Amino acid sequence: MLDKAIKGSGTYWSWIIFLVVLMVVGFGFYLLQWFQGLMVTGMGRDVSWGFYIGQLTYFVGIAAGGVMVVLPYYLHDYKAFGRVTVLGEFLAVGAIIMCGLFVMVDLGQLPRMLNLVLHPNLTSILFYDFIVLNVYMLMNIIIGWNVLSAEQKGVQYQKWVKVLCYISIPWAFSIHTVTAFLYAGIPGRHYWLTAIMAARFLASAFASGPALLIILCLIVRKFTRFDPAKEQIRTLGGIVAYAMILNVFFMLLELFTAFYSQIPGHMHSIVYLFSGLEGHGKLVPLMWTAAFFAVVSLILLIIPAARRKESVLLAACILVIISTWIDKGFGLVVGGFIPNPFERVVEYWPTVPEICISIGVWATGFFVITILYKMAVSVKEEIAP
Amino acid sequence: MGIDRRSFIKIAGLSAIFGLGGKAAFELLAPGDVDASLKDIPLTQANTWGMVVDTNKMTDEIMVACKSACHKEHNVPEWGDSRLEVKWIWTDTYEHTFPNQGHNYLDEQFAEKHFLVLCNHCDFPPCCRVCPTKATWKREDGIVMMDQHRCIGCRFCMAACPFGARSFNWGDPQKAPIELNPQFPTNPDYPTRTKGVVEKCNFCAERIARGLIPACVEAANAVEEDSLVFGDLDDHGSKVRGLLRSNYAIRRKAELGTGPNIYYIV
Repeated sequence: MLDKAIKGSGTYWSWIIFLVVLMVVGFGFYLLQWFQGLMVTGMGRDVSWGFYIGQLTYFVGIAAGGVMVVLPYYLHDYKAFGRVTVLGEFLAVGAIIMCGLFVMVDLGQLPRMLNLVLHPNLTSILFYDFIVLNVYMLMNIIIGWNVLSAEQKGVQYQKWVKVLCYISIPWAFSIHTVTAFLYAGIPGRHYWLTAIMAARFLASAFASGPALLIILCLIVRKFTRFDPAKEQIRTLGGIVAYAMILNVFFMLLELFTAFYSQIPGHMHSIVYLFSGLEGHGKLVPLMWTAAFFAVVSLILLIIPAARRKESVLLAACILVIISTWIDKGFGLVVGGFIPNPFERVVEYWPTVPEICISIGVWATGFFVITILYKMAVSVKEEIAP
Repeated sequence: MGIDRRSFIKIAGLSAIFGLGGKAAFELLAPGDVDASLKDIPLTQANTWGMVVDTNKMTDEIMVACKSACHKEHNVPEWGDSRLEVKWIWTDTYEHTFPNQGHNYLDEQFAEKHFLVLCNHCDFPPCCRVCPTKATWKREDGIVMMDQHRCIGCRFCMAACPFGARSFNWGDPQKAPIELNPQFPTNPDYPTRTKGVVEKCNFCAERIARGLIPACVEAANAVEEDSLVFGDLDDHGSKVRGLLRSNYAIRRKAELGTGPNIYYIV
């Protein structure tokens, strides 16, 4: 089936070349980081995780969000999603590849990465995250590939594939729960030390993942002869609406606990993020953008007549993606480190090499997604009447 | 005669940790030397190493001496940039050392006073719990140890430590500004690190193994006796326990339950 990915139009090849150029540029900057060390990033002793780990967190969410097409199809027998499950699965594969690469570029000693497997520490959440993410990626590759090749041959896929599908559903929840546990179990980082962290992660994942999927479906419809169809996109829009409501609700719960209790440690990071602390407020404009976009997207998503217009839905999805990205891909990680353990405010901002390396990783992820989607769509075009 | 199994393992382990191959390891393991270094020295047999800082005796001068002795002993480079800084032992003011424990009516002298801070060698260290590769672990004698050859540089431990006690080598220490590090490495007997690994205070495990007290304690006591005391907190008769019996002492962020083992007499 992979052969389908090497037969494409001029637009397809231009897009591929564009991504490859970004990948090469990113790799160039990675070489700089490789030789000089992580000092080329904006991270430091106080904010010791930054843009990279933020992206890891965000794209675990995108990967988990893919389950929102798999679950209704397999558990609720919602037949319409049969057309798009493979798109959800392949999106998850690309997202997890990004996660893996973001961890790799964040490591100080990449050549020693195998120590994770050679000397695993069973009390470390990172070890479990490594396992669940890799297994989830493998599952999605196997499921997507088998379902698609069965579709191509016009036969029903084998039973064990279906069993794997059922396992993959709770597994999707597990990847984001475990990722939340990376943060939620750390003493002394008040912004992260919250029992609803995993729930918040899942809510934002089930908003951002399907939102990205809707955008991808619309792109697929525009550039290929395969139409993911109106009903599917509309149902996904409903899922995004519910998930985004939960996401905002959970954030409000955090605000209540912090500000009604008035416990300084619980308030500091939030105050830093939304109004600045001790004269430092680099993230304030970003966080208010996220809040504003969240509110606007909710208005667009909650009003049924608005949501059902695909152009409005597209706009709402873009707002959801930006809003959840700022919240989880940036503010969450950085905010957790500010103020530092000495209650001093040391700010963080990514550097050019850091951003370029990240762009390289995003390009790699979308390169994989493009190839897998090209394959899937070509098969679907072939079998279409 | 000779060394027992326990000591052998300890020394062999230590040698491995510090990458003391070949000659250095043989020197350390040479029976005569080992017998001599272990005799009459209860130091190497503690259950819970800890430290007591007598803040009444501590002065800025002593703290500078502590930091200088430690950083010289362990080849800690000077970066001249607070973002890249590597610190094993340093100082901060009351409100930053003991957040949430200050109040509006704190005596000015006290509020502006500096306190010595370093790794707390916690009883239940979150850094060791989160390390994915066991590159940092709790030794039997209580020291929270670091293996810089095992560390993959994920910095999870830095996120987990509530005391900001861990430093990352954001750049290659050998390439730290030469004008700030005219003589680097400062101690040829101690390894330098590579870029991309985490490091922190090791309670001078390499000195303890030789029957010496930590460099900072030695430096502090050279100026003012008992301003900084090191010993076994599990030993009822130890000096540290004596000080804790006769003085009121506090710890940093004890409410988090990590069990810090640095005590501050106030």
